[in-house]
Amino acid sequence: MKIVVLVKQVPDTAEERKLDLATGQLDREAADSVVDEINERALEAALRIKDANKGTEVVAMTMGPDDATQSLRKALSMGADSGVHIVDDSLDGADTGRTAATLAAALRSTGFDVVMAGNESTDGRAGVVPAMVAEHLQLPLLGSLISAEIADEGVRGVRQGEGGTLNVRAGLPAIITVTERFPEARFPNFKGILTAKRKPVTTLSVAELGIPTGASRTVVVSTVERPPRAAGRKLIDDGTAAEELAEFLVANRLV
Amino acid sequence: MSNVLALIEVSHRGEIAASARGLLAAAATLGSPVAVVVSPAPLSDDDVARLGELGAARIYLAVTAAAGTVLVSPAVDALSGAVDAYGPAAVLAANSVDGREAAARLAVRVGGSVLADVVQVRSDNGTVVAQHSVFGGAYTVESVVKGGLPILTIRQGAIEGQAPAATANLQTVSLEARTEGAAVIDQFNDDAAVSVRPELRTAATVVSGGRGLGSSGNFVLVEQLADTLGAAIGASRAAVDAGYIAQTAQVGQTGVSVSPQLYIALGISGAIQHRAGMQTAKTIVAINKDEDAPIFEVADFGIVGDIFTVVPKLIEAVKARSN
Ligand SMILES: Cc1cc2nc3c(=O)[nH]c(=O)nc-3n(C[C@H](O)[C@H](O)[C@H](O)COP(=O)(O)OP(=O)(O)OC[C@H]3O[C@@H](n4cnc5c(N)ncnc54)[C@H](O)[C@@H]3O)c2cc1C
Ligand SMILES: Cc1cc2nc3c(=O)[nH]c(=O)nc-3n(C[C@H](O)[C@H](O)[C@H](O)COP(=O)(O)OP(=O)(O)OC[C@H]3O[C@@H](n4cnc5c(N)ncnc54)[C@H](O)[C@@H]3O)c2cc1C
Repeated sequence: MKIVVLVKQVPDTAEERKLDLATGQLDREAADSVVDEINERALEAALRIKDANKGTEVVAMTMGPDDATQSLRKALSMGADSGVHIVDDSLDGADTGRTAATLAAALRSTGFDVVMAGNESTDGRAGVVPAMVAEHLQLPLLGSLISAEIADEGVRGVRQGEGGTLNVRAGLPAIITVTERFPEARFPNFKGILTAKRKPVTTLSVAELGIPTGASRTVVVSTVERPPRAAGRKLIDDGTAAEELAEFLVANRLV
Repeated sequence: MSNVLALIEVSHRGEIAASARGLLAAAATLGSPVAVVVSPAPLSDDDVARLGELGAARIYLAVTAAAGTVLVSPAVDALSGAVDAYGPAAVLAANSVDGREAAARLAVRVGGSVLADVVQVRSDNGTVVAQHSVFGGAYTVESVVKGGLPILTIRQGAIEGQAPAATANLQTVSLEARTEGAAVIDQFNDDAAVSVRPELRTAATVVSGGRGLGSSGNFVLVEQLADTLGAAIGASRAAVDAGYIAQTAQVGQTGVSVSPQLYIALGISGAIQHRAGMQTAKTIVAINKDEDAPIFEVADFGIVGDIFTVVPKLIEAVKARSN
């Protein structure tokens, strides 16, 4: 079975992330770039299938700037067999529509039985790219799963819905997205880091994928920064703090 | 006035989702609201009246056997039918698990673009302008679609108010049930409907608990304070991971974003990913035994102390004052 994991490089959520106030785009200097944690969980799920079934091939695919190779190297050091890096200046600032069209074209040329992605990235947070890819490829999407069983016959999973969960299934090929309920990812070990250097990474450009170079159609028209919050009162409890807090809540009409 | 479609979600038990109010309110600020509904059976008169009350001028009802058995694609088929029928200026869906997948597929099918996680909408001389709250409210961004249909996913609980009531004009179409290229639903496992508490996303007061609670048994302390204040219950990811409470209560980067009048954090350190979901609250109160916990940097009122001694006293003190 061939599994492609869609990996996005994002600014580290542990740092203060910034937007460029003139363009509304990410300020890539402000925070370190890392593999989005949700994509590491998706990769972990794929690697567990590979651990249990030797014939499994795991490919990590990303669309991103030159330095997104770091993210692919991380995925390879965790255990992915190969990487696909779609990089092209014309993709700078790509919106979800353009990203999905590009990923769909790359998936077509790479080939797969299952695509695994995150339910939502931590920067764009749109949660739409996998469903757009599914529509391009006319494939079923099992989105927002909290668990999944993947076999040659098809995929079964439990989807986190709004008022409960749903048991869902589809035949292969199919696309699934994982939520944070999936287990945390393994750390790359020493051997993994060494072998990662020898694993193949294919680079693809927009021209090679044969997709049009049109600009994104979603346009940011304004970006305004909010002043940071200031800290207020801080009491060390001497037995009376609860009383003072109750006073504060009453005085501010919060109870 | 141009038509604006709103995808109204209906549960498998036939209940209109709470997101309907905000979607129709947003649609009404942009044009004439058309509620798009997918259902296995015709709508009841009560449901038609209810959607009118919430502002729907028209209802486009797609009746199909696939509703409730095929995942999301019936909604996409219905929306694309409604796009053909009404030539809308915009399409709105909830930023819910189903809503965003439907919006995404529709965008590809009809050549539209998605404006995601929108918290406010306005029309600027006929151009649909969407407002987003980015990186935990640190930035307010406005965006538009240039060339193509704007498809907006609306953050649940973000739009206040209600559209003026209308008498909804019902149009019913029947939709072929297609399963190819789609995922199938085998079973619904509903959450036990126990909560009489307010909904987390829209509550005026939220009391959240973190790893500092120490056990799921101790999490009762959070519930007691919440019930004293008539509040919704939230949690940190560490509390969810530890199994103290359901994932749906998670506040933060990868959970729910809340903006209540009052947010009370109990035994939560205030990691940047937690703050990303609550720092736009009007007033923040934190109780934590670690004087250096980062939650105090955003708290209007902080107590350095043990939650197990402070919170019971707080409950008594609030009760004494409200009597
Ligand atoms: C603050 C902010 C707001 C934005 N708002 C919008 C908006 O309203 N509309 C819009 O069209 N664009 C928007 N964008 C641009 C959008 O983030 C990018 O187009 C991005 O490439 C894909 O969107 P996402 O991160 O929201 O993806 P999501 O749909 O949230 O991603 C889900 C999963 O898809 C996969 N995936 C997504 N992107 C890639 C990639 N580049 N490479 C490999 N796998 C990937 C990953 O598995 C990921 O976990 C915004 C960007 C930012 C930073
Ligand atoms: C990609 C990503 C996404 C994330 N998304 C989220 C998210 O959506 N929401 C979220 O919350 N986190 C999120 N996190 C996790 C986040 O980084 C923190 O790990 C988490 O918020 C910590 O939860 P906590 O404050 O409950 O636990 P801790 O950091 O362990 O803090 C517990 C606190 O309780 C205090 N305490 C202990 N006992 C007592 C007592 N008796 N009385 C008073 N105080 C006490 C301690 O002093 C400490 O400050 C995310 C992380 C990543 C990497």
